[in-house]
Amino acid sequence: MHPVPPILPASAAPIEINDLTVAYRDAPVLQDIDLTIPEGKLAAIIGPNGAGKSTLIKAILGLVPIVAGSVRIYGRPYAEQRRLVGYVPQRSSVDWDFPTTALDVVMMGTYGRLGWIRRPGKTERDFAMHCLDRVGMARYADRQIGQLSGGQQQRVFLARALAQDARIYLMDEPFNGVDAVTERAIVTLLQALQQQGKTVVCVHHDLDSAPEYFDWVALLNVRLVASGPLDATFTADNLHRTYGGALKAAIEHLRRFEHERDRLPTDAAMETAGLRADRDANNS
Amino acid sequence: MSASVVMILTGVLVATACALPGVFLVLRRMAMMADAISHAILPGIVAGYFLAQGPSLPAGFAGASLAAIVTVALVEALQHTRRVGGESAIGIVFPAMFALGVLLVSKYFANVHLDTDAVLYGNIEFAAFDVWLVNDLNLGPRSLWVMGALCVINLLFVGLCFKELKLATFDPGLAAALGFSPVLIHYALMAVVSVTTVGAFTAVGAILVVAFMIAPAAAAYLLTDDLGRMIALAIGIGAASALSGWFVALALDASVAGAMATMSGLFFLLALFFSPSHGLVARARRLRRQRLRLALENLVVHLLNHEHQVSEAHEAEIAHLSSELRWSPRFARWIVAIAKRDQLVQQANGYLSLTAAGRDLARQAAASRDREG
Repeated sequence: MHPVPPILPASAAPIEINDLTVAYRDAPVLQDIDLTIPEGKLAAIIGPNGAGKSTLIKAILGLVPIVAGSVRIYGRPYAEQRRLVGYVPQRSSVDWDFPTTALDVVMMGTYGRLGWIRRPGKTERDFAMHCLDRVGMARYADRQIGQLSGGQQQRVFLARALAQDARIYLMDEPFNGVDAVTERAIVTLLQALQQQGKTVVCVHHDLDSAPEYFDWVALLNVRLVASGPLDATFTADNLHRTYGGALKAAIEHLRRFEHERDRLPTDAAMETAGLRADRDANNS
Repeated sequence: MSASVVMILTGVLVATACALPGVFLVLRRMAMMADAISHAILPGIVAGYFLAQGPSLPAGFAGASLAAIVTVALVEALQHTRRVGGESAIGIVFPAMFALGVLLVSKYFANVHLDTDAVLYGNIEFAAFDVWLVNDLNLGPRSLWVMGALCVINLLFVGLCFKELKLATFDPGLAAALGFSPVLIHYALMAVVSVTTVGAFTAVGAILVVAFMIAPAAAAYLLTDDLGRMIALAIGIGAASALSGWFVALALDASVAGAMATMSGLFFLLALFFSPSHGLVARARRLRRQRLRLALENLVVHLLNHEHQVSEAHEAEIAHLSSELRWSPRFARWIVAIAKRDQLVQQANGYLSLTAAGRDLARQAAASRDREG
């Protein structure tokens, strides 16, 4: 009954995408994507609206048909490695009036391990409760999900991904429309996941916060513009090529970031961007 | 068993069998799909009748299920063209299938016992007389056997696949990512809907079966925030509709199936208005309470802001309040009366002043408004 434990070849990367093309009718949404995301990174997929960011995540998960190319999870097709991948869809993709509680939604994360027919029991319930606690939502366990605020709903989705107990987490705009408390909770959680050696990939559209939250980026606009460690990849030139120069604001953000980075490490910057300071210290 | 008991029991079993898939149709916003399937199975039933050279239950089920699957597949195919939206696709497919059925009936079976009235409205009135004979052994009314079996099948389906149905309905994306094919679950649900419709249509007809699938489930959705409880409530409301509908039909000397379906609509209306959580009355009362609370807060905050000022006396006049807070004089009098009753304010020498409790509320309200910016 139990699936064979997935194999983790030491050499294979968590996510390896080769020549991936996804099309909607005749128009390509993603074209010739070659992307390898290394182990243990906090990676952001960045690009303008319609760049195919969400589609890339869905293609990795086998949720959209692929025209050409391949996606490998630790060297094998996704279908064989489902249990290694946790997924946080966009919050707006589901109906929050659904008659169920926060805890019940988190328990859905354990369904993959259970397989068909088998029902969740006390083990799954306790684990789901633990996951809710990790995002600071334990006291809302019995709340109907429609009564939660947007940020709380997002944290329930994160807890559900934690309940998948995966090695790779794919998140579609986790910071979209959340309150400050939730934003901090998500950042703390992402860092904790990284410390546990997990690989996290987030679709992200806020250029302001991207360099603060992530240490690895892929710049996407139908084609892959650039990918790699933050400092080498998140450059004015690359952003210009991604956003086509239409977004002067994008460049402005970057100037500010580069300016701040050059000032590092100063006490003030360390305080406002503790994460980045730590990372720079590690890199140097 | 008396004919009345058979009718009531058949109605209750139909309601139960229909409520189970009905809950998921309502949650998936697919009520029209039930309507489509209930009509589109007609050509399948005719084809079954034709192949079996007479009325045959297995042939009818097979033909209807096949027609239902074709309907679902056609609707999906049309929806994928993106030029024909969700509801339009249903609107094209089901009249076409139904028309085909009507054509076949009128052409080949004009003189046999397969009349369109029975298909549309059913004949639960004769349920007791249509008995199941095996080697001259009378096993009792056929409708009870068929609907009983369908209840068992649907209970098994929803019971065994409860978590899969829940996940695929709430978040098809995650269901697919975890390996629970939402397409497979969708077609399984549609197959259950079509088989249930075939079984139920001899009793209540193709149109009324939709009432039994949708109305009790929609009423239950207004009454609870728990999926398990919603299913139980839908069954309960469906059974209550069947039972009360029979008595209504008896009193009015009217169509039994029609009365049962009407009662299910009536129960839905009751839930829509009087559900304690999601009903219109409860919502209106909640809004009124919120408005009252906000007005009381505005009143005490206003009085707090002007406490110990030279203009205090003027600011605290009821007439001034109504212009300052843009209240009608009547509303202002009402709010002040409630504030006095709750001992938030007191009136002395013609003007209002805060009590200790009123001052506390004003400070709390002002602080929380500051927090919210």
